Amino acid sequence: MSTPMVSMRGVEKHFGDLHVLRSIDLDVAPREVVVVIGPSGSGKSTLCRTINRLEPIDAGEIRVDGELLPVEGPQLAQLRADVGMVFQSFNLFGHLSVLDNVMLAPLKVRKVARATARDEAMALLERVGIADKADRVPAQLSGGQQQRAAIARSLAMHPKLMLFDEPTSALDPEMVNEVLEVMASLAADGMTMVVVTHEMGFARRAADRVVFMDAGSIVEEAPPAEFFDATRSERARSFLSNVLAH
Amino acid sequence: MSALIENLDPLLRALGTTVLILVVSAVGSLVLGVLVTVARVSPIPVLRGAAFAYVQVFVNIPLLALLLLFVFALPDAGLLMPLTTTVIVVLVVYEAAYVAEAVRSGINTVAAGQVEAARALGLRLSQTLRFVVVPQAVRAVVQPLGNVMIALLMNTALAATVGVVELTSAVNKVNLVAAQPIPIFTAAGLTYMALALAIGLAAGRIEKKVAIHR
Ligand SMILES: Nc1ncnc2c1ncn2[C@@H]1O[C@H](COP(=O)(O)OP(=O)(O)O)[C@@H](O)[C@H]1O
Ligand SMILES: [Mg+2]
Repeated sequence: MSTPMVSMRGVEKHFGDLHVLRSIDLDVAPREVVVVIGPSGSGKSTLCRTINRLEPIDAGEIRVDGELLPVEGPQLAQLRADVGMVFQSFNLFGHLSVLDNVMLAPLKVRKVARATARDEAMALLERVGIADKADRVPAQLSGGQQQRAAIARSLAMHPKLMLFDEPTSALDPEMVNEVLEVMASLAADGMTMVVVTHEMGFARRAADRVVFMDAGSIVEEAPPAEFFDATRSERARSFLSNVLAH
Repeated sequence: MSALIENLDPLLRALGTTVLILVVSAVGSLVLGVLVTVARVSPIPVLRGAAFAYVQVFVNIPLLALLLLFVFALPDAGLLMPLTTTVIVVLVVYEAAYVAEAVRSGINTVAAGQVEAARALGLRLSQTLRFVVVPQAVRAVVQPLGNVMIALLMNTALAATVGVVELTSAVNKVNLVAAQPIPIFTAAGLTYMALALAIGLAAGRIEKKVAIHR
């Protein structure tokens, strides 16, 4: 078996008195798409953010592509450059055009030549369907367009792993699909992905595995068909019946 | 009016001193203030603590007390500087604390998500500040910094209390001889107003330049 892209072992995380992650063990294989679901406050975002060490952990270990996460510093920055992250609130750089948003990290981190960075950025914007918005600033785009721009910004770094933290939760319903489609096409192209989401349709369609979290623990994990049609745990069953009722 | 015209030469020289103190202290306090802010947002706890203490100390000491301390205590400690230099040093050290406060509040207007996105892309702290935080903070910081610079201009007049012949001290002297307080002090006041106006206008222009064009 090849090295897992992500390997979490006995990961613990507290916020003050709050025990947010409880002995988390999770492996993500290369090209695998893992969807993380669970009630609000169960620790999904925190789990996602520990993988590129936006949140440091209290105990346990996390490896990305076999390498232990370094402490804050140039080495960690290098590792983060290889791990894409897409946020619920897009977080596009407000003072830069969409094109410059996509070009910034390739120029400054990878030291790619400007013309190359530009061509690649335009190709990526084309791919996510917003090439015509390249010269706009983020505030001029719809939420769905902003999130697609944010995905293009991550892809520009040629990540070997992408983390998505509720990428469609801040979107108006009519814009959710345009973002999910881009994500599904990434999954189909073999991108390794960890996706926190409430979109059960996406989980069924694009996930290789569904991980259900509750109160800081992984309660259940299974391929989507098995997870949705033969849910084992009572907690997952009640969560699903709540979500599907809406 | 005649007193002003007769003394035009020393008055202009004094105005020159005021402008010199203003410009040098402005540049110095901007540079030092930004450095203090960088320390204050750095990940190194000692630097952060030192920068915080710096701001707290100088925001809570009256400028006059600081000035007297430097002018009278430093020579005692064997550190001799020309008076004007001492005044500039004091103004730089003092105003830098206010600059640091203004810059920090500007940085706070930049959402935390912007910094996270930059870090997640692999930008180092210095790159995150330079390419993401500063360009956005600048917009929020120009007017408050303009106000700090106007306060600095007014504070240059305190140099008169320790014997530097700048504008306030010079008009005071002219008035002692000529006893025409109304034209003399009106002229001085208008001069300060003109300088303050110039600073305000410059800040306005810079703010327009750095605005995001939508
Ligand atoms: N920076 C933080 N400081 C303190 N508590 C936090 C912080 N981030 C998250 N929490 C708390 O940790 C718990 C898990 O949060 P989170 O991982 O965001 O859950 P989820 O994404 O599943 O909704 C919640 O109770 C939340 O309030
Ligand atoms: Mg969350």
